[in-house]
Amino acid sequence: MPLKDRIPMPEQDPKLRITNFDEVALGYTEEQALMEASRCLQCPNPTCIQGCPVNIDIKAFIGLIQEGKFKEGYYKIKEKNNFPAMTGRVCPQEIQCEASCVLAKMGKPIAIGRLERFLADHEMYKPQQIETEKKNHIPVACVGTGPASLAAAADLAKKGYEVHLFEALHLPGGVLSYGIPEFRLPKKIVNHEIMLLSDLGVLIHTDVIIGKTYTLQQLRREFKSIFLGTGAGAPLLLRVPGENLNGIFTANEFLIRVNLMKAYRFPEFDTPIKKGKEVVVVGAGNVAMDAARTARRLGANVTVVYRRSRAEMPSRAEEVQHAEEEGIHMKLPTNPVAFHGKDGWVQSVEVVSMQLGSPDERGRRKPIPIEGSNYEIYCDQVIVAIGTTPNPILKYSTPELLLTPHGNIVVDEQYQTNIPGVFAGGDIVTGSATVIEALGAGKKAAIYIDKFIKGA
Amino acid sequence: MYELVDKELVAPDIWKIKVRAPHIAKAYKPGNFVIVLPHERGERIPLTVFDTDEENIHIVFQEVGKSTKLLGKMKVGEQIQDIMGPTGHAFPSQKFGNVVLIAGGVGAATAVPLGKHLRACGNNITVILGARSKNLLLFEKELQDISEKLIITTDDGSYGVKGFVTDALREILSNEVVDLVVTIGPAVMMKAVSDITRPLKVKTLVSLNSIMVCGTGMCGACRVGYKDGTVLTCIEGPELDGHMVDWNTLLPRLSMYKEEEAISLSLLDNESR
Ligand SMILES: Cc1cc2nc3c(=O)[nH]c(=O)nc-3n(C[C@H](O)[C@H](O)[C@H](O)COP(=O)(O)OP(=O)(O)OC[C@H]3O[C@@H](n4cnc5c(N)ncnc54)[C@H](O)[C@@H]3O)c2cc1C
Ligand SMILES: Cc1cc2nc3c(=O)[nH]c(=O)nc-3n(C[C@H](O)[C@H](O)[C@H](O)COP(=O)(O)OP(=O)(O)OC[C@H]3O[C@@H](n4cnc5c(N)ncnc54)[C@H](O)[C@@H]3O)c2cc1C
Ligand code: SF4
Ligand code: SF4
Ligand code: FES
Repeated sequence: MPLKDRIPMPEQDPKLRITNFDEVALGYTEEQALMEASRCLQCPNPTCIQGCPVNIDIKAFIGLIQEGKFKEGYYKIKEKNNFPAMTGRVCPQEIQCEASCVLAKMGKPIAIGRLERFLADHEMYKPQQIETEKKNHIPVACVGTGPASLAAAADLAKKGYEVHLFEALHLPGGVLSYGIPEFRLPKKIVNHEIMLLSDLGVLIHTDVIIGKTYTLQQLRREFKSIFLGTGAGAPLLLRVPGENLNGIFTANEFLIRVNLMKAYRFPEFDTPIKKGKEVVVVGAGNVAMDAARTARRLGANVTVVYRRSRAEMPSRAEEVQHAEEEGIHMKLPTNPVAFHGKDGWVQSVEVVSMQLGSPDERGRRKPIPIEGSNYEIYCDQVIVAIGTTPNPILKYSTPELLLTPHGNIVVDEQYQTNIPGVFAGGDIVTGSATVIEALGAGKKAAIYIDKFIKGA
Repeated sequence: MYELVDKELVAPDIWKIKVRAPHIAKAYKPGNFVIVLPHERGERIPLTVFDTDEENIHIVFQEVGKSTKLLGKMKVGEQIQDIMGPTGHAFPSQKFGNVVLIAGGVGAATAVPLGKHLRACGNNITVILGARSKNLLLFEKELQDISEKLIITTDDGSYGVKGFVTDALREILSNEVVDLVVTIGPAVMMKAVSDITRPLKVKTLVSLNSIMVCGTGMCGACRVGYKDGTVLTCIEGPELDGHMVDWNTLLPRLSMYKEEEAISLSLLDNESR
């Protein structure tokens, strides 16, 4: 029997979707999910599972879909992953679970992420079956409210702890709220997951900067154990001439204004955003694609410049594909060397064409500028998305916390930092990574936090 | 939600408010500011903490645009949506010696807590307080109390000496030994002060008023050219070395959203009519 094709994801038409911020991928219907699930071979040795950073029993949940047992399938996923509606949408499946599916060799892996999303969307708004232990009234704190802290908080609350989440911004969710745009991860979903946490008794304190409002030392006096999930939110700059001209944004600022502050609805919302006509986005990760597609939706003609080639673009494959469907141009491999402006406003990006040399230790080919190939791309807005590093606030007030030279927190195999009872996980430990890795780290740290407290 | 517990008009369009936020009051150090989100659909704006008591933080602000006008309209007992902080570096606790503290316009609201702090650290303080006109002069008494000498300048000569704060500064610098100049006010004024002290190598701290969003070092909105690179005002400042600041990157950035600010303001005016 010939291998059937993957069931395509129903999507908003590109022409229409660049005029709104609604979700692009619409999700499988029951019928489509059943058809896609029926392609799964239920392998005796399901290789897919190792591809998932938290080892969801993928074979089992797809088997349950095949039997029409959606609720059971959903709870099968939740054994390992608290937030499948999010990961089903944002995981880079093509390099994780789906890359490890036996059918990937034929280029037609099971659409695991889409099925995961289907189950979550089908079940998440129903009353949740959550087994919780009796409340033990032992207070624990999680700092930050990104996926790492949310996952740690959920599991600690289920174990009976009194969990307090502290967030610097006025809304919880970390990158899920301020970074990933509405059209990829509707805030309704993020808010619902956070509401379910509140239902578990988790207390969320926003507007609190640990290291400023309270110090880590103060928290240590109040809480038996602390989890640090502060992410890697500080933007990297290009460090080239002209980078502070008006009209040049870090992707973080651009996305925070648009997503968190809802500047796309200015003046209904008070925070403004500059709407460029010709926008250049620098970088090629998820952040760059999100910035480019957001600028497109605000009405711009958008060009992405990246110093390596398409094969090296770190973004999810689907995001690049969606970006191109939306009419976003890519100039690769090209690197900015300066910004030029007039009266304080950016007018052009001076770029140099690159060629790719021999591979580095990670196998990525090193980009080398082609001498004399400089030219200018005219634009009225630039969005720089070349990565982020850990925020230094906690470091300033906690010099005793052991960090790597890059400012990431050092933890042992049990996620504990050099300060006893203080644990850490997610981007603050690994550097910018993925939602599922942060969720996985929070979940594992919760186990060791529980052991630490009970052992003590 | 943070309750507005008191408000007082201290000059035309300038309010002093007290907001209940005991945790911020407790953590506050002179030089800190807070980020205020007036209402759910509002904008996050930075405002200096003027003073504190057990329960409350005190803020002095000038109505200049939509957010500050909305705050100005709030009644005692009403709730401010969000206040984050305190944030920003605390002012150094150090005895510098002879300090000239220069405040222009609503900058006086930041000068008062810094002046008190400098005084408590044992410094000799001369204050130069400038305003366009007498009725806009702020905190004369408070600044008198913390200084050896208070010099007042008004642009129109309606009070004190007619002229600019920079004229008074030049005179002091030519007659006295000055160990530190601290200046808070409009960016053009702080630039002018820095330009005067630079050739004389008198250390000068400026309190930058960059446009901010996050106030925690993660958005980059507040960045400014500094030394050979770029710094984020919200976490490396707001007090920075005036001789290191690349004013050419700061000044245009302050007017980046001029058009949008005008739209917001005109809609607000229409609403209230
Ligand atoms: C625009 C964008 C798109 C992305 N797209 C994808 C994607 O498609 N797929 C994917 O898998 N990953 C994606 N990522 C990466 C992913 O979002 C991150 O790896 C993940 O969010 C890390 O989670 P975290 O919990 O470690 O930290 P974060 O999500 O960064 O959350 C940290 C939180 O801690 C708060 N905080 C920091 N310091 C303090 C303090 N001192 N006190 C109090 N609170 C503090 C911050 O305000 C923030 O809310 C994307 C990232 C961005 C920015
Ligand atoms: C560290 C710091 C401390 C400050 N302390 C005080 C204070 O104690 N009292 C006081 O009256 N003012 C203070 N300001 C200035 C105050 O933040 C602005 O006046 C306020 O944001 C204006 O908002 P608006 O909506 O009313 O006006 P808008 O119409 O939005 O703007 C008017 C002007 O204010 C500036 N501005 C606008 N938005 C922001 C923003 N998000 N962040 C910073 N500046 C902005 C711009 O230069 C603009 O031209 C401080 C600024 C900083 C950076
Ligand atoms: S969590 Fe992510 S990697 Fe794991 S199965 Fe789901 S979509 Fe795949
Ligand atoms: S490897 Fe692929 S086909 Fe096999 S069980 Fe996993 S998802 Fe199904
Ligand atoms: S205001 Fe966001 S980095 Fe300073």
